Amino acid sequence: MRVFINGETKEIADEMNLIELLVRFSLPRERVAVELNKRVVRRKDWETIRVKDSDQIEIVHFVGGG
Amino acid sequence: MSQDLFELAGKTFSSRLIIGTGKYRSFDEMQAAHTASGAEMVTVAVNRVPLDREVESFLDYLSPQMQILPNTAGCYDAEHAIRTARLAREALETDWIKLEVIGDKITLLPDNEQTLAAAKVLVKEGFIVLPYFSDDLIMAKKLLDVGCPCVMPLAAPIGSGLGIQNPANLKIMREQLTNAIIIVDAGVGVPSDAAMALELGADAILMNTAIAEAGNSEQMAAAMNYAVKAGRLAYLSGRMPKRLYASASSPIEGAIK
Repeated sequence: MRVFINGETKEIADEMNLIELLVRFSLPRERVAVELNKRVVRRKDWETIRVKDSDQIEIVHFVGGG
Repeated sequence: MSQDLFELAGKTFSSRLIIGTGKYRSFDEMQAAHTASGAEMVTVAVNRVPLDREVESFLDYLSPQMQILPNTAGCYDAEHAIRTARLAREALETDWIKLEVIGDKITLLPDNEQTLAAAKVLVKEGFIVLPYFSDDLIMAKKLLDVGCPCVMPLAAPIGSGLGIQNPANLKIMREQLTNAIIIVDAGVGVPSDAAMALELGADAILMNTAIAEAGNSEQMAAAMNYAVKAGRLAYLSGRMPKRLYASASSPIEGAIK
């Protein structure tokens, strides 16, 4: 299925939860946050929430800024 | 002299200098500058994780003693700023947010209307909102009214290094909002700008580029540290009145004729 992660179109396997999604893209699991269709997903829910076709996902971390 | 502490939203800081983490040439340089600045709070930006490459954990280069203040830089409306603040809270487990809603790409001047709209929502959600805005007394009052624990008027456009463009506005804000915490944010270039902000009665100052883009960031951070302390001490001391004409320091009477 096709999802949109950080503005990029990505093909992923069906029925992935958010932890599996982070692993799939070799992303860190600490000090990141995940938004699914413009709603923040609490870390404790990452395992139970499954990504669906056409979902819009934002995964953020921290960088230098003022 | 008694210790002059800076209190904000239930936290106490001994330094009145808050510094950024952007634009440094290396993480080592940033660390050295942070240490020299004496700052106890640093700003960080929330950004998309790159999907195509591994990234170093930037936060590992910050002293664990530092209070981390995430910002909503890069947001051009209230909705994006609110979403960014929520993400920052989830990732860092902090309610503190430097609210920044930009109105224009060239000047990076704040959109005060959107900033106020976002502040209202975020305060209701329990955030400690530190809002960056134009140096305008009426907007400052509105931001305080909706529950911001401080206001952060700009000195000049972000990263411009122009220094305080309108000292009268800051002075008016200080005089009219006697109990409010005022943190000058953005536009500082040199230590004398920082000293002036504190002399005018700002409680603290936030800067990034003035230190990060200095030829020697570590030394400039130390200079800013001194300037903020000097400005604050001068403000507490009370300056002499300005006069149009001279007032002799040595006795006029008794000079030999």
